Amino acid sequence: MTVQANDPGLSISAGSGTRIRPLLEWFARRAEAVAIGLVAILIGLALFSLFILVIGKSPVTLFQLMYTGGFGSWFSVQNSLSRAAPLLLTALCVALPARLGLVIIGGEGAVVLGGVAAAAAAMPLLGLVPPAVLFVFMGLAAMVIGGLWIGLAGFLRHYRGVNETISSLLLAYIAIALMNQFVEGPLRDPASLNKPSTRPLPAEYMMGDIPGMDVHWGLIIGILACILSWILMEATSYGFAARIAGGNVRAAQIQGLPVGKLITGFTAIAGSFAGLAGMVEVAAVQGSANASLAAGYGYTGILVAFLARHNPLAIIPVAILLGGIDASGGLIQRRMGLPDATVLVLQGTLFIVILFCETFYGRFRIFDPDLWKRSA
Amino acid sequence: MTKLLSMNRRNFLQTSAAGALAGMMPGLAGSPVSAQTALTIGFIYVGPKDDYGYNQAHAEGAAVIKAMPGITLVEEENVPETVDVQKTMESMINLDGAALLFPTSFGYFDPHMLAMAAKYPDVEFRHCGGLWQEGKHPANTGSYFGYIHQGQYLNGIAAGYASKSKKIGFVAAKPIPQVLQNINAFLLGARSVDPAITCQVIFTGEWSLAVKEAEATNALIDQGSDVITCHVDGPKVVVETAAGRGAFVCGYHANQSALAKDKYLTGAEWAWGNVYTNFIKAAQSGGKLGNFVRGGLKDGFVKMSPLGPAVSAEARKKFEATLAEATAGKLSVFKGPLKDNKGNVVITADKAYAEDAIDLESMAYLVEGVVGSTS
Repeated sequence: MTVQANDPGLSISAGSGTRIRPLLEWFARRAEAVAIGLVAILIGLALFSLFILVIGKSPVTLFQLMYTGGFGSWFSVQNSLSRAAPLLLTALCVALPARLGLVIIGGEGAVVLGGVAAAAAAMPLLGLVPPAVLFVFMGLAAMVIGGLWIGLAGFLRHYRGVNETISSLLLAYIAIALMNQFVEGPLRDPASLNKPSTRPLPAEYMMGDIPGMDVHWGLIIGILACILSWILMEATSYGFAARIAGGNVRAAQIQGLPVGKLITGFTAIAGSFAGLAGMVEVAAVQGSANASLAAGYGYTGILVAFLARHNPLAIIPVAILLGGIDASGGLIQRRMGLPDATVLVLQGTLFIVILFCETFYGRFRIFDPDLWKRSA
Repeated sequence: MTKLLSMNRRNFLQTSAAGALAGMMPGLAGSPVSAQTALTIGFIYVGPKDDYGYNQAHAEGAAVIKAMPGITLVEEENVPETVDVQKTMESMINLDGAALLFPTSFGYFDPHMLAMAAKYPDVEFRHCGGLWQEGKHPANTGSYFGYIHQGQYLNGIAAGYASKSKKIGFVAAKPIPQVLQNINAFLLGARSVDPAITCQVIFTGEWSLAVKEAEATNALIDQGSDVITCHVDGPKVVVETAAGRGAFVCGYHANQSALAKDKYLTGAEWAWGNVYTNFIKAAQSGGKLGNFVRGGLKDGFVKMSPLGPAVSAEARKKFEATLAEATAGKLSVFKGPLKDNKGNVVITADKAYAEDAIDLESMAYLVEGVVGSTS
């Protein structure tokens, strides 16, 4: 929430929405986010290098391996993109409410229930409709359930004063219990003896890969969702109203903005994206809903959203970066004999440093749009 | 059973020696029969390698083959059952040159390993879990698994002698056939000592959920159980909690005696080192790897932890006699007449199942004497 209150973008875009801004002013504002972000990543990597030195390994080898594993070849790039795909959607589940000043951390719940809803919606339609139509129904079912789930946290926050961070997290546990109940009970495929699952989608009903790539369609869906969210936030009156509510709830209420509807609506949209991530997992990866849906994508999405400063467009490169770190983690384990936790240490270090560097926004005059406005 | 190519360790070795050409790895085709053949092998674990449980049992098996000449071992832990494991397999193949992969978690098989096996027909995949079916799954894939319920039966014998309250407890992950077999076998083992014994079971609902495992252990002990065993991925929490409360412990998956000290009676452990050694020998000699490899105590797939100091001489005698019976392949744990805990007859008096009986693999009941419910 404090992140949003300090966000210089809010007041400026609010005040300058009607006139054309000079190019330099525009550039300075964005250069600040890029420069501070990059410096933060460099500081984070430097601290992590110290950690690696302390445990007696070579940071140079490590970073070489990270590059090889994450982005060093076409295979590695596709590996990173595959891992980034679900994070795009789950990060939106955190980023959109954050623009309203809410901290939603329970996207995992919407992912798993979205997956179950998608699998359940698919069953009666198999064989009756072509795959493309089936995907629409599966996606709608997942988005409705995911939207209801996270929308509930937003609703409770505004109308009952329940802390949305806690409620969304607790709802995630309930969601996982519900998923287990459904896949072990009414929706269980009797053939899935030792790994309870819903009936698998036939191969011809799987979503498949993007042509020419070894990455499933979830990546395209995620990128489109990020672009649509950015337009919603930055170029519509709804997004504008939401940002005002996020900046100062009372001011928004005095202006007559429907804060309660905005909060419920935007949390529901956010949840529907996480639900869609669950649908993609079922339709493009797993083929059925089962406990593997609770793979932590909802939680990694929190990290992605914060690193992207809740900017839907910035989520795209950040998710790919984290996908790359994740992809290279395996190579680090295999080649350097380091435990899996090494990558978690890196992610944690980056996270802390980037949040710390938030305090530098507005501290450097060179990035001050007013400076460039005057000189221009 | 007709569809399954049933194979135990002995005829697995025979087939290995036969050296059929189908399914042979490209790097090995035509290579001289030699123990020195270079081979890169990938192991993938769903949890940490040092979890005192399922994953550690596999990692210990991997450590055995790591010492074999010509073997390069690459390992990755904490790999979820998502697209991540597909990419990990691909990464091992593309970046490390792995020619044989062991994705060890049950959920890696379908769709993940099958997808990679179709994409990389020259790489061999062997999955832990017994899901492979001839004709349905590719020839470069296969399954291996062990029959471990007889180990839990032996645990039950040790527990039956150690229990004073005549109540023993079982912390279980999910009510699936493999877990139900273990719970039932544990109780039947204890009842072979004293038919008055009951076993309370608590399902946590997850394979790895430390908080619930600790709560379940405490709840079982609060209700009078004085010997605890479990079937979860990492028994560490259960074992430490139970021993800390003064209850006896029977281990599972790996040897947890270091965690429970003198409270550790015995444990049903995997002996994957033997299984992996057989696979590697077959691969290095250019032979055919089995597609469906299974075995129990008699085949060296499963072993028992050494008996702890709390095991009485009387218990030791019965334990060793039963172990000898199992090792000879003569033990039948599930035999009629047997009722479930709702009073229905589940095995009629004329039946006695061997450990590899296919009927046991769809077990959906808890036997009489088990306090608990599958749903």
